[in-house]
Amino acid sequence: MKTVLARLCVECAARVVFLVDRDGQTIAFHGDIGDMDTTSFSSLAAGNVAATSSMANLIGEDAFPAVVHEGERESIFISIIGRSLLVVVFDKRSTVGLVKIRAKRASYEVAAILDEAVRESAYTMKNNSTFSEITDEDIDSLFS
Amino acid sequence: MTFINYASREINCKIVYYGPGLCGKTTNLQYIYDSTAPTAKGKLISLATETDRTLFFDFMPLELGTVRGFKTRFHLYTVPGQVYYDASRKLILKGVDGVVFVADSQEERMDANIESLYNLEENLQTQGYDLAQLPYVLQLNKRDLPNVTPMQDLVGELQRKGEPVFEAVAMDGTGVFDTLKAVAKQVLTELRKS
Repeated sequence: MKTVLARLCVECAARVVFLVDRDGQTIAFHGDIGDMDTTSFSSLAAGNVAATSSMANLIGEDAFPAVVHEGERESIFISIIGRSLLVVVFDKRSTVGLVKIRAKRASYEVAAILDEAVRESAYTMKNNSTFSEITDEDIDSLFS
Repeated sequence: MTFINYASREINCKIVYYGPGLCGKTTNLQYIYDSTAPTAKGKLISLATETDRTLFFDFMPLELGTVRGFKTRFHLYTVPGQVYYDASRKLILKGVDGVVFVADSQEERMDANIESLYNLEENLQTQGYDLAQLPYVLQLNKRDLPNVTPMQDLVGELQRKGEPVFEAVAMDGTGVFDTLKAVAKQVLTELRKS
């Protein structure tokens, strides 16, 4: 996944590329985050898509598959890939058109990797006893 | 649904503070934010109106430490309490792992509490959740005010499934962390079961 995000980042001359769960959790990212609060950024991206998707429903659309916010210096492109969001942060070195084309191509690879990850995750969860071994003391220790 | 990132060894859980307008949901988050070490928290994001009423949500990430080598991070959200922001409330409940219902203890807010609780149950159902199955805590806020409903009356009216109940004064922090701990414990206990 990191390889795909890294290539997309280079291909569209982006500052940073994120893959975010639709509930607002950061799955992966590549690029220059500087002092950006990535947790808040992902949460807001998910909130943004949730709000625009609901607006789409109100006007009879299933969803807006992509959302663009253009700023004076930095811009954001968000593309929906199933349960995930591909978020590209870019500046004047790139264009919305370029980002759209490159992101669309990358989205097929991202979707395939995510499908595989979901299958692997189901297997891991089934065969991983890490969480079933959590004790009351483990939980209490978080609050001490 | 609890989000487990095996690559970065992180557990991310989403907790939503729900309740009627002006019951103190944002105040709970603000107190947690103000009382937590900078290394354990991210920014407190407030999407609010010009008059500081929550418009979409408040959000803050809170790191509690590690369990079995996994860093645990709680994403705390509030919903806008005002009746006409229902569409936003539904969206924020997506992917929820635990809910805190913040009730306003003032006598004149009893109907608003009941209406908001019904609204919570409805909106959870819309998102495919059942309150009876979800980690859940009831907080009775504003206990310092003179015109409060007795605790047993509030519990009788608002408790749904024997969930933990905490008296609170969110402005000075009374009961705020007890509430958070109770819901966080339930969320992690659910994770153990699953």
